[in-house]
Amino acid sequence: MIVQLLVAALLLASAVLVLAAAFGLWRLDDFFLRMHAPALANTLASWAVALASILYFSTGSGRPVLHQWVIVIVLAITVPVASGIVARAALFQLRKDRL
Amino acid sequence: MNLLDAVIAVTLGAYCLAMIVALARVLRGPRALDRVVAFDFLFTVALLGVLVLAIRYDSSAYFDAALLMAVFGFIGSAALGKFLLRGEVIE
Repeated sequence: MIVQLLVAALLLASAVLVLAAAFGLWRLDDFFLRMHAPALANTLASWAVALASILYFSTGSGRPVLHQWVIVIVLAITVPVASGIVARAALFQLRKDRL
Repeated sequence: MNLLDAVIAVTLGAYCLAMIVALARVLRGPRALDRVVAFDFLFTVALLGVLVLAIRYDSSAYFDAALLMAVFGFIGSAALGKFLLRGEVIE
């Protein structure tokens, strides 16, 4: 029962974080400000969902199930690279517009 | 109704709302890069939704799909960013 409550709390936290990221993506004014919003979903929300999944499947099967953590590791490696490329492209466009 | 089922329904509803808002940003985004960032966010939310569905249907077959979505989301947004970067440089 405690585990179920914990899983439910983690899922609700991820829902709130994803909603905050989406509304940040919609409300923020500048592109460079807008780039920050999805990081909320890529880090905290994915950690929360992976932890909830690990808790649920580990208690369900009686042995540790850690496959989900691979997804978090892949996200932690790929997301900074992608956002670095996108930020550099935006910086080039900005400089070209100013010149 | 079970507590966990209700929470999963609420979470998936929140994800749907977030995806609709991000889709509005995709349609509106003043520049191409805004759309790239919004698409990346859409991929992430869909991945989280797949992980939640794994809990909902109590099946570990969803993890491979989520992993593939993470990898392809990275490939897509990195390729689009690289294309936009190069296009601007060559012009």
